[in-house]
Amino acid sequence: MKHEEKNFEKSDQFNLTMIPGSFARKMRTCVIWQFIRFVAINIKMIIVVSKSH
Amino acid sequence: MARLIVLGGGVAGHTTATFAAKWLGSQHEVVVVTPNAKWNWIPSNIWVGVGQMTKEEVTFDLASVYAKAGITYKQAKAVSLNPEGNESSDKPFVTIEYTSKSKSGESENIEYDYIVNATGPKLNFDATPGLGNGQGAMGTNTVSVCTADHAVHASHKLQESIEKMKAGERQKFLIGTGHGMCTCQGAAFEYIFNIEHELKKAGVRDMADIKWISNESFLGDFGMGGLHMKVGGYVVSSKLFAESLFAERNVDWLIGAHTSKVEEGKVEYELLDGSKGEEEFDFAMLIPPFAGVGLKAYAKDGEDITATVFAPNGFMKVDANYAAGAYENWKASDWPRTYQNPTYKNMFAAGIAFAPPHIISKPMSSPNGTPINPTPPRTGMPSGIIGKAVAHSVCDLMTKGENAHLHEASMAEMGAACVASAGKGLTTGTAAAMTVYPVVPDFEKYPGTGRDTDYTFGEIGLAGHWIKHILHHLFLYKAKLNPGWTLIPE
Ligand SMILES: Cc1cc2nc3c(=O)[nH]c(=O)nc-3n(C[C@H](O)[C@H](O)[C@H](O)COP(=O)(O)OP(=O)(O)OC[C@H]3O[C@@H](n4cnc5c(N)ncnc54)[C@H](O)[C@@H]3O)c2cc1C
Repeated sequence: MKHEEKNFEKSDQFNLTMIPGSFARKMRTCVIWQFIRFVAINIKMIIVVSKSH
Repeated sequence: MARLIVLGGGVAGHTTATFAAKWLGSQHEVVVVTPNAKWNWIPSNIWVGVGQMTKEEVTFDLASVYAKAGITYKQAKAVSLNPEGNESSDKPFVTIEYTSKSKSGESENIEYDYIVNATGPKLNFDATPGLGNGQGAMGTNTVSVCTADHAVHASHKLQESIEKMKAGERQKFLIGTGHGMCTCQGAAFEYIFNIEHELKKAGVRDMADIKWISNESFLGDFGMGGLHMKVGGYVVSSKLFAESLFAERNVDWLIGAHTSKVEEGKVEYELLDGSKGEEEFDFAMLIPPFAGVGLKAYAKDGEDITATVFAPNGFMKVDANYAAGAYENWKASDWPRTYQNPTYKNMFAAGIAFAPPHIISKPMSSPNGTPINPTPPRTGMPSGIIGKAVAHSVCDLMTKGENAHLHEASMAEMGAACVASAGKGLTTGTAAAMTVYPVVPDFEKYPGTGRDTDYTFGEIGLAGHWIKHILHHLFLYKAKLNPGWTLIPE
């Protein structure tokens, strides 16, 4: 059974949410993609920090 | 030579004191009064609470750092303020009680020209019967991660539960808030996902039932009325984001809950619809509500003026609009800008110690009249930024005179960056990295969501873990005043 099938069927609360599929989950731990996201998130955080000072 | 006293050596107070000492040089004196010998990078207590870091990795001794910075350090707690002096002197002073081993119990009056109250929160465990020990400290029914020592204790309890599960005994974990008026949901949120991750790693996830209990009216409120963030091209409510995280990890939730009583292995709660219930647990980490640390204030003739200087919750009154009235009238401009006390202009508050004008989330109560809503968070970044702005103002007042321009740092014009980890590994686990701008929503500027959706975003992945690791080392490096510390932003 797919990961998301298992959790969606667990409760009504869970059934009304969004649960990531296998591709989204893989990308979260894919080192190359995450390195790109690391750079992007840092840039965004630096902008927020500079707007706040 | 004038004297600045900073009460509290936490995120805000340490920032104020270290910048003031640097900017004032040896012309003026900076004194820090704080009860602990060690500085604690509190966000990493989460990792201590799951046994992934030691207390030593998240703390360091303050004495040598303050000696290096030329700051006079008193290991003591402030007890009361005399902003007009007393009958024998016009000079304002603070009364402190030493907590260091060598001087424990001794008290002293220290005169000041300027004072910054950065005493943070009192962890008000006793507000909920059974959460505290009845003497102001944490009780024995639950654990906490609010201090490094609490987190070490929590980690031992977690290990005991893991051992029981390995021996075949099912365990129920209950994590969240211990009262209807708590803040700091983010810390509990991060802790629950770290626990879930550790249980998976230990191979016992199938033996555990994990449940969230919180005073938020919806998951993802975080005391900020929730936030709308850009995710995958959509602007979505943090409710969807948070619910997804819980459902994906098979973590159940109970929201709109005021924890009314805690016993061994059981909490009683009241929900927003007025119904009451009970929840059993084997391991519970419930964040206590926060209050001011209980400083008193006295006028020259000895009259108690605590209610003039402090709000009823014990936090210090500053330049906020405390008369905003009903929710419909709340504005971003109600939030303070300079953190100067309106009665005594040489007195400021920074970080959690200032009294907010009102909460940020929509006020809610049960039909029985029990208020159940998060109080406003003042996380690390705003606390540091406010601490620095206050340092700037006080230094200008000391060097340029009492008409100097005050520096401003409104939470309705500043953002916050938060990383909620789920594990500590560099290649395993994932974190939710979020930024929110501004912290206090401004519906006049952003009528739909109250915030700038270009700078309010959330993302889940390993990158967040790396950022959390970097922040841990960066902020400890900065707090130790190592070379280049001023270049690291708050
Ligand atoms: C478990 C946990 C995790 C967190 N994670 C994050 C995170 O990931 N990101 C984030 O941005 N924020 C996080 N926070 C919030 C952050 O820690 C606070 O916003 C920040 O510490 C507030 O700074 P402060 O200086 O106001 O208070 P504190 O840092 O608490 O400092 C207050 C200081 O005052 C001292 N004091 C107390 N009473 C007295 C007295 N009577 N006289 C003198 N001194 C006194 C205390 O000992 C302490 O040193 C977390 C909080 C917790 C509890």
